[in-house]
Amino acid sequence: MQAFAQLLDSLSFEAARNAKLRLIETYLRAAPDPDRGWALAALTGGLDFPAAKPALLRGFGQDKIGAELFALSYDYVGDLAETLALIWETDPAAGPPPSLGEVIETLQRATKTQTPAILKRWLDALDSTGRWALLKLLTGALRVGVSARLAKQAAANIGNQPVDAVEEIWHGLSPPYRPLFDWLLADAPRPRTNAGGAFLPPMLANPIDRAELDTLDPAHFRAEWKWDGIRVQVAASGDVKRLYSRAGEDISGSFPDIVEAIDFEGVFDGELLVRREEAVAPFNDLQQRLNRKSVTAKMLKEHPAHVRLYDVLQLDGEDLRGLPFDQRRARLEAWMALASRARFDLSPLVTFQDWAHLAELREAMKSDGIEGLMLKRADSLYLAGRPKGPWFKWKRDPMLADCVLMYAQRGHGKRSSFYSDFTFGCWRDANSETGEGKRELAPVGKAYFGFTDEELRWLDKWVRDHTTNRFGPVREVTQELVLEVAFDGIARSSRHKSGVALRFPRISRIRTDKPAAEADTVDTLLRLLP
Amino acid sequence: MATDTLNPRSWLYPTPRGLYCEPGDFYVDPAVAVARAVITHGHGDHARPGHRAALATPETLAIMRARFEDMPNTAQQPLAYGETVRLGEVDVRLAPAGHILGSAQAVLAFKGQRIVVSGDFKRRPDPTCPPFEPVPCDVFITEATFALPVFHHPSDAGEIGKLLRSVATFPERTHLVGVYALGKCQRVIKLLRAAGYDKRIWLHGALVPLCKLYQDHGIDLGDIAPVSDAILETFKGAIVLCPPSAMADRWSRRFADPVAALCSGWMGVRARARQRGAELPLVISDHADWPELTQTLKDVGAPRVWVTHGREEALVHYARSIGIDAEALHLAGREEEGA
Repeated sequence: MQAFAQLLDSLSFEAARNAKLRLIETYLRAAPDPDRGWALAALTGGLDFPAAKPALLRGFGQDKIGAELFALSYDYVGDLAETLALIWETDPAAGPPPSLGEVIETLQRATKTQTPAILKRWLDALDSTGRWALLKLLTGALRVGVSARLAKQAAANIGNQPVDAVEEIWHGLSPPYRPLFDWLLADAPRPRTNAGGAFLPPMLANPIDRAELDTLDPAHFRAEWKWDGIRVQVAASGDVKRLYSRAGEDISGSFPDIVEAIDFEGVFDGELLVRREEAVAPFNDLQQRLNRKSVTAKMLKEHPAHVRLYDVLQLDGEDLRGLPFDQRRARLEAWMALASRARFDLSPLVTFQDWAHLAELREAMKSDGIEGLMLKRADSLYLAGRPKGPWFKWKRDPMLADCVLMYAQRGHGKRSSFYSDFTFGCWRDANSETGEGKRELAPVGKAYFGFTDEELRWLDKWVRDHTTNRFGPVREVTQELVLEVAFDGIARSSRHKSGVALRFPRISRIRTDKPAAEADTVDTLLRLLP
Repeated sequence: MATDTLNPRSWLYPTPRGLYCEPGDFYVDPAVAVARAVITHGHGDHARPGHRAALATPETLAIMRARFEDMPNTAQQPLAYGETVRLGEVDVRLAPAGHILGSAQAVLAFKGQRIVVSGDFKRRPDPTCPPFEPVPCDVFITEATFALPVFHHPSDAGEIGKLLRSVATFPERTHLVGVYALGKCQRVIKLLRAAGYDKRIWLHGALVPLCKLYQDHGIDLGDIAPVSDAILETFKGAIVLCPPSAMADRWSRRFADPVAALCSGWMGVRARARQRGAELPLVISDHADWPELTQTLKDVGAPRVWVTHGREEALVHYARSIGIDAEALHLAGREEEGA
């Protein structure tokens, strides 16, 4: 438990991805079975302990130091598990601390009435970091900034395997993953892929532009609209029905409407959208549905989810990934024609003669739910990862606005000493109290990429030289630097002062040539609304 | 020693300029320049420049001379630990506080009544200063920087072990360790040496003068050198100490992908550590934690306790629960940074 606690502790303060990987790898190599397996389960979100309720922990704390001191302590720390971990004192007579495996196996067997006494004994035996990790584990929210994908990547790394090799067999495994570690670290054979609802690593596309297209033969390619949702995989086999994100996260829990509508077997590639009366809703609507543990009936009704399918990887137990795109597409279309399904439809092919024709179609398509075009070679096999050549994404040109820099904040990790997070605004009429006919800047967005390292150094210096006010890590600057901001979409937002929210804003150019007074107005942005 | 008739607040009380001792006509750690001051230790929120006369340990006076330009204009009265001097009608003695080099508790005696102004203190061993001496008294004035039951500072050796483990895990990165220039810096160096780390420890320029002062007082810090002296040094795998404010500043850009470590008692609470941008928080404090504070109240046995700067409420609540007449004493100009 102590080694796992130190891992969680280090992870919770480490922001850099590679350093997190290193920490997890070091732990997985050194920890014994079954501890490392349980740790991997905890990091990938595969454990659940219903017995440890917040009320139980609060009661422990009040018994220990009294209600008044506990209230003052909790108020200061702001986290129940951490407060309890800190006020509890290690009892040297409590014996050796439990191993992670012991903790999990004991709790899985313990009854609800036995749990409090067991828990107290462990709290006595552990040190404060150990107690914190134990309580975080039990209350089910590690919050150490590690995605399931990252934890699997670390596991793959210790066996020098690609993460997709782990991903393919993952959903057929269960904690503490002994066969997985035997394969990764010893000479045991690779565990078998369990066809039932396993996540299959998806095939990704490379970006392309108009000039590059001319080097390709249009006759070799098929085109589809690039929908502005999130890429998902629908996997169903027997009773197992799952919806995965592109990274292999099981997001079925957030989309019961989709899962319930699965009445077939197979693995499909598609775009998750919110769809109302045949129309695709803006990405913002989909966002309301993401990352929710509980889904209300209201949410299901107002933001109905839908999957627009564009590829098939498995059908009725047959792996189709070795077939060329055209053949997979034919199988998909034939299968779709067998039954009509309310929650699923087919993403149509866009027919075109040549690149110029396709460019015209791309220009003419103004729909909000479309980000651009996908181009797939007719003979492309379904290959995991991002192979160069077979698939391309040709995004719509971004929208642009000239905005004025208002605030800057220091970045993290490599950029920790640089002002690299920029808040910018557009002009609008000041309200009548502050002055007739005057204009003021309203923040419209925040961007922290799009610039080169050299531009970042320039911006950092500019911010330091033009600071007018400081609020903790944030600096307010004189309102005179114009930034050309590129973004992929715009929507109304009540959470933003200006009333609009930009999608994927990034700094495209620094416009030192343009006076701030000539930057765009909020009204101009509003006219871009679909 | 106790005289029930004398109200201690009649001869020692807070004023806007600081804690004033009327029959001695002096202030203890005043917030502004005064005619006569008794200084418990050299940190900026206790020792301020410009007093006409200052009484303190010789070490504290040396620290003040190193920090303040106009010390020649202050009449300096050194008083070694254990010696007694009379100011007005009050006997003043300085007892070790275990906080930093030269740190003292001011033991004030008047008409048979004894008040101890403990300044800042800690109870665990510190290789850079003598340990805290519990002085029995009628009124004990205690700090409350970490006066909540959540503060149990772990062992120093364990925290230094964390730093050395991180250096071993990330040998290509520089470990940038944020330390307060006075006290924490030198203690961390001594702790690293005690853990067997004998490589050169690099220093931000702002830390150099006080390290020199500690060395002049016979405290061996081993191989230390300012970063500015480095030639062809990549700092990969090196330990570099700097003031916390320098960690996120342009100064730190010269280092290879630095690990930001921060040494402070606040690091025990995750949210605080994250707010300060620590990647590797190390709970190394020069202040007493909750068990030390509560133990000290028992050790000095004072029937009255006045609680200053920090989380007074919890310590007052605790003291009352064990039968001590406790109240909060609000003093101007105390800071919690660098603790």
